[in-house]
Amino acid sequence: MSKIIPNDVKWRDISPGGIITDAGNSAEFKTGDWRSERPVWLTDKCKQCLLCYPTCPDTSIVIDEEGKRQDFDYDHCKGCGVCKQVCPFGAIEMKPEGGNN
Amino acid sequence: MRERLSGNEAVAVAMRQINPDVVAAFPITPSTEVPQYFASFVANGKVTTEFVPVESEHSAMSACIGAQAAGARTMTATSSAGLALMWEMLYIASSSRLPVTLAAVNRALSGPININNDHSDTMGARDSGWIQLYGETNQEAYDNFIQAVKIGEHKDIMLPVMDCFDGFITSHAVENIELIDDDKVKAFVGEYKPEFYLNNKKHPIAVGPLDLPIHYFEHKRLQAEAMRNAKKVILDVAAEFEAMTGRKYGLFEEYKMEDAEVAIVVLNSTAGTAKFVVDGLRERGVKAGLIKIRVYRPFPVEEIAAALSKVKAVAILDKADSFNAAGGPVFTDVTSAMYGRADGVKAISYIYGLGGRDVKSTDIELVYERLLSIVESGDIGEIYNYLGVRE
Amino acid sequence: MSKIVEIRWHGRGGQGAKTAALLLADAAFNTGMYVQGFPEYGPERMGAPITAYNRISDERINIHSNIYTPNYVVVVDDTLLDSIDVTAGLDEGGAIIINTSKSADEIKPKLKGYGGKVFTIDARAISMETLGRYFPNTPMLGAVVKVSGFMPVEDFVSDMEGSFKHKFASKPQVIEGNMAALKRSVTEVVEL
Repeated sequence: MSKIIPNDVKWRDISPGGIITDAGNSAEFKTGDWRSERPVWLTDKCKQCLLCYPTCPDTSIVIDEEGKRQDFDYDHCKGCGVCKQVCPFGAIEMKPEGGNN
Repeated sequence: MRERLSGNEAVAVAMRQINPDVVAAFPITPSTEVPQYFASFVANGKVTTEFVPVESEHSAMSACIGAQAAGARTMTATSSAGLALMWEMLYIASSSRLPVTLAAVNRALSGPININNDHSDTMGARDSGWIQLYGETNQEAYDNFIQAVKIGEHKDIMLPVMDCFDGFITSHAVENIELIDDDKVKAFVGEYKPEFYLNNKKHPIAVGPLDLPIHYFEHKRLQAEAMRNAKKVILDVAAEFEAMTGRKYGLFEEYKMEDAEVAIVVLNSTAGTAKFVVDGLRERGVKAGLIKIRVYRPFPVEEIAAALSKVKAVAILDKADSFNAAGGPVFTDVTSAMYGRADGVKAISYIYGLGGRDVKSTDIELVYERLLSIVESGDIGEIYNYLGVRE
Repeated sequence: MSKIVEIRWHGRGGQGAKTAALLLADAAFNTGMYVQGFPEYGPERMGAPITAYNRISDERINIHSNIYTPNYVVVVDDTLLDSIDVTAGLDEGGAIIINTSKSADEIKPKLKGYGGKVFTIDARAISMETLGRYFPNTPMLGAVVKVSGFMPVEDFVSDMEGSFKHKFASKPQVIEGNMAALKRSVTEVVEL
């Protein structure tokens, strides 16, 4: 069984009782296409203070093994913009998705 | 092992022999003795069960659901208003496919307040997705309880099971019983090994999710399939039980039905009184028979219809009224089973024994006399009847 | 002996009629018979009239109604004779056994013309003298076994000794008194 139950699953193939047989599978559910605005990380302004990291409701700010932030996880970031609001250095910009930009 | 026990004590003994992981219960007459006896087994170290004394039946069933989901074999007992308070959680147990075992000691659902026996409690829960077994005697309450565990936990089923028997008449009367050796019961039920359970560190899961319209219907269809599968599993378990004990169980019992022209369909202890009446009628040459339903959910549609197709008239007795202005719940199930399968057989409904009104052999005789007069006159008369109420 | 012996007990809440019915079922069970022992449930209050039943048979018992045509009736408290129709349905070939110290002249008019055998026993006196307290059910048990004759009295007495030892394991001082009550009852029950 795939981790995400497909929308067209037939009744014989669905999990008994709605059991989710793979715990922590929310990472499999891509929410990136919910965005109307996209955060852009300006590396030259970023001081790696990491104030943005705990504010992200979707754990979409990736931290590497050395504790440094990397680029956004655009598969899951919903574009809420909270990270831009908390950044003291103007290192995150919101840009419209799609269109001519 | 020959013994004499009340129905409640017999079921508590079955629980001790099974030694479940968790029992969570709240007392209510007449089922109170089941957890009461069992609590003494816990206190005396006869079992290793975690006994959870909860503050309500809603909590009792909730605790059972949590424990069973965690991977524990779980049991409880209740009656009447206690079962009613479990209502919401009954559906959670069955839809989450958790094979909890419940001793349902039948008692009227008030009001006015009444503590005595009828079937209005479990009849109301008949469509909650639980398998329902009904038993005539302390022996059947005990035997059904042991089989219930094995039926519910079968991989093709995974549904909770109610072991229903009459409050006071069966629960509190001391009668002869044959007990099975402890080790044989343990071997018969085996260990509970669910494929998925919360306490499995190697394969963590989540239970009880929000289920949106895109998936909910498929889950209910799968649940319905489990109930459809149950008939075969119940018979397989019965065959295995018969091999162990010599006691035969089916979906229902046919008593002197081979050549019967008139028959009664009934559940629980009244079947014994009706057998007594059938014996007397047979001595007088009356071709009377009896069907005692053991498995009410799933309902043995084809089998009941086939058994009744040979009679001329049948009375279906309900110890609960549906208040549907049409007949009792067993009546409506049996007659819908007969539709297209046993056409031409005249069927009438009797509501009887509500709130502990004693069912005398002479009451049952009146029903057979009515059936005989229907056969003779060809006139079915009133279909929706009451037995033993003062007119 | 008929196929099923049916016994109806009339007592008052607290007098042990239900317990007596269960003990009688125990004793009959121990002789290899099929038994039923059950009370009629209602509001269980001290002093309220209560009814309990026994069926005893050498064959399996199917019927599960109350008992309407008993072979024997046991009346644990003679004041019930004024308020309860104790002989209702009672088999004329059977008997009624009453706990009383009253005379036949006083008792018989209260039995609504019952034509069967009437036995009495002064269970109060026996209980007070052997147990020092009023527990009428033990003498009444002895009396009903003696009168009904469904099992040998000696078997019953020895079986009850085992039951008392089990039941009163935590207060063995009452076993002797109960046994004395039982033995006296089988000799002191008399036909009017």
